[in-house]
Amino acid sequence: MADSVQLRINGRMIAVPGGTVLAAAIAAAGVTQFRRSVSGQPRTPVCGMGVCMECRVTINGQAQRRSCQTLCEPGMEVQTDE
Amino acid sequence: MNSRAHEFEIVIVGAGPAGLAAACAAAENGKRVAVLDDTPWLGGQIWRGEQAQPAQPGAQKWIERFRRSGATLIDQTSVIASPRPGVLTAEHPSGGREIRFQKLILATGARELLLPFPGWMLPGVVAAGGLQVLAKHGWPVAGKKVVVAGTGPLLLAVADGLKKYGAHVVSTAEQAPLARVAGFGLKLLLAHPGKILQGLGIKSRLLGVPQRFGVWPVRAEGDRQVRSVTLTDGQKTWTEDCDLLACGFNLVPNVELPLALSCELCDGFVRVDKWQATSVENIYCAGEPTGIGGVDCALAEGRIAGLAAAGRKDEARQLFAGRARWHRFRAAMAETFALRPEVKTLAADDTIFCRCEDATFGRVKQFSNWRDAKLQTRCGMGACQGRTCGAAARVVLGFGMESVRPPVLPARILSLLTISSDSTTIAETKITGTNQTL
Repeated sequence: MADSVQLRINGRMIAVPGGTVLAAAIAAAGVTQFRRSVSGQPRTPVCGMGVCMECRVTINGQAQRRSCQTLCEPGMEVQTDE
Repeated sequence: MNSRAHEFEIVIVGAGPAGLAAACAAAENGKRVAVLDDTPWLGGQIWRGEQAQPAQPGAQKWIERFRRSGATLIDQTSVIASPRPGVLTAEHPSGGREIRFQKLILATGARELLLPFPGWMLPGVVAAGGLQVLAKHGWPVAGKKVVVAGTGPLLLAVADGLKKYGAHVVSTAEQAPLARVAGFGLKLLLAHPGKILQGLGIKSRLLGVPQRFGVWPVRAEGDRQVRSVTLTDGQKTWTEDCDLLACGFNLVPNVELPLALSCELCDGFVRVDKWQATSVENIYCAGEPTGIGGVDCALAEGRIAGLAAAGRKDEARQLFAGRARWHRFRAAMAETFALRPEVKTLAADDTIFCRCEDATFGRVKQFSNWRDAKLQTRCGMGACQGRTCGAAARVVLGFGMESVRPPVLPARILSLLTISSDSTTIAETKITGTNQTL
């Protein structure tokens, strides 16, 4: 495993081991809602493979990015629907 | 890489086993080859995590061979359309790209079939293989109580993998009856002894974990988070506490891109000839989109496709016998893990059927075909473009597959604009319907 990577999730700095997928970092940060569904239900990743789109979050201001297909990078700013 | 067009003799979509084998075969024969993949890693979903933490020698061998082959990897790049023959439009987080090819090999893999049941949308209910790949990349499972349910040869491997990451696997529930799975094991023993050894290794590591056959989930319960799952064997039902429910009903092929390229399907899979050539000239297909056959089948098909596309038909022909063995394995798997009718009727009227648009099963089932259901309920019209609920609708409601319109994946307008700046792509991409809203 590479060195740890620091990123900000919902305003809070966290550190994860290099090679961690963003969805995992968000879960490890204790976030219980990645996305709010159109009827207001909390949703978290399901397929883990970039298909179901339940893991979508905003990365560096870019909305609708699939966190399960994105590796954590130093300084990333991540916002979920929480 | 910037947004200008890139040109290759052979372009391969998908860096899983089929794509890597195809790329090696073509590049080792001197062709200018590029492999496109959605993700930042090599090996597709099945070999995910192998780059960071090598565990499977087979995967390592192919990843190393690919690196030496001279093929170009274009990663984190999703194909969104093919505006005209010989051209792919793709999206990278930094913008749009146009990639030109003479020959194209589609190795788009498979995804898990997710069947709706009450509570399946609760946080903590995750696809089986999905949880496995997330755990490989750091998803916290240590100390969590996990029930693994559904069907397919992946289930026990998932349970084994999760245990390795420190999860407490409460039980596994395979919907196929024990007799059928045992029969499959016997066939494996005779035809592919290596596979049965793999399986026995997993079995021994799962000692102490109740492994049930002919058992399936009927509902998940919890408030904002799954807390328990109710299982049945058709006679009695019982409830098991869990923090995570890993549930998948085997695999369905990713045929959206082949369909968008007008490739013909046969029984839901891409129709190919002995050279892995599709019904469209210069387009080949290999691996799961042609039939759910697993890693070795995908490697054999990928290699044949790569050789055929590179004009090395004599070499390709020598691999036909090997491929035929894996095709027999593929047929046996389909028979063994065929879905029992009960798992197709789990959804209640108020169960969310389409997770993107929150359309309930009660509304979707009122329609007799996918098109009408989409138009009236918006099911299949959201971000996943029906990849999840559309596959479920084919199994649960017997709906057929409709045509696929570009963009094949949700794309940013900016990506299309970047490409259009040096070509006429955007006008020809024919963006229609609601798919453009993302």
